[in-house]
Amino acid sequence: MSSEKHPPISLGTYLMVWLALLALTALTITAASLHFGRWSVLAAIIIATIKGTLVLMYFMHLRYEDRVFKIMLLLALFTLAVIMLLTFVDVLLR
Amino acid sequence: MSTPTHTTHEYHPDSTGSKIAMWLFLFTELLLFGGMFLLYAVYRAKNPADFHYASLNLDTKVGAINTGILLTSSLTMVLAIGMLERRNRKASFWLLVITIAFGVWFLINKYIEWSHKIHHGIYPGSEELIGRTAGENLFYSLYFLMTGLHGIHVIAGLIVLGFMAWMVARPHQRSLPISALSAEARPNAVSVTVEYGVDPKLDEQKLIRLENAGLYWHLVDVIWIFLFPLFYLIS
Repeated sequence: MSSEKHPPISLGTYLMVWLALLALTALTITAASLHFGRWSVLAAIIIATIKGTLVLMYFMHLRYEDRVFKIMLLLALFTLAVIMLLTFVDVLLR
Repeated sequence: MSTPTHTTHEYHPDSTGSKIAMWLFLFTELLLFGGMFLLYAVYRAKNPADFHYASLNLDTKVGAINTGILLTSSLTMVLAIGMLERRNRKASFWLLVITIAFGVWFLINKYIEWSHKIHHGIYPGSEELIGRTAGENLFYSLYFLMTGLHGIHVIAGLIVLGFMAWMVARPHQRSLPISALSAEARPNAVSVTVEYGVDPKLDEQKLIRLENAGLYWHLVDVIWIFLFPLFYLIS
């Protein structure tokens, strides 16, 4: 439960995450050059979300933190999602 | 033992407390950029063709290189934290220097990219853009606004990292009056007056600061991870 002293994360883990991030960057550039049309937007956003999650979980240590940190982040993201959803409803149905 | 001049409490670094505060600050950043991403999404939905056309003019290669630079700087940042955790201040310091170098490299690329655009008469309110469609104007306004604000965050991050490198490089922590030392540090107190000693818990404080600085640097990276595909790739 305590976040005070998690054992130091191995440097190899960081290296693997970094390689995964570079690979995903290459993937998203390749996917964009294939012109999936409407799907390419979705693909780019999904890949960016995976990359962002990797950074949050490993580089920002979220995976090893107390649950309160994860709840706080989800609350912030939920707030953002509500703002975006309501704005889009307003814009598209106006 | 002479009368202590300070009635300080024992020093207890509260890493969870300060990390929560840092995260709360990061959420305000998230909402700041979130609002701009929303603006981008709405205008893109309204002007799909113009956004498509305008984003073709951004150089994917420059964007990709800058993505690689920031991702690598995030790696050296966590390694700097990992090294301080392992009490290797020297390695931590040099990794921070490398992180700063990557950040500067990112900004130089950004500068070249912007000057290239401005040279071609593309900047908010330029005569060149006034002659183009509203959608293209919106695209470039958002491009300069969002990458500009992101660049300001990189600059702020570099200043923080510079301070961190200085902090890590400092060989010894300030001495505390013996009354302020933690119980386990007291027997090790060494000084002429025997009243002062270096508290290893101060190393903890350095680590907390470095971790929080790292959180900020990674957030800047996360924002770029979303900026890159939206401006350079989706077309």
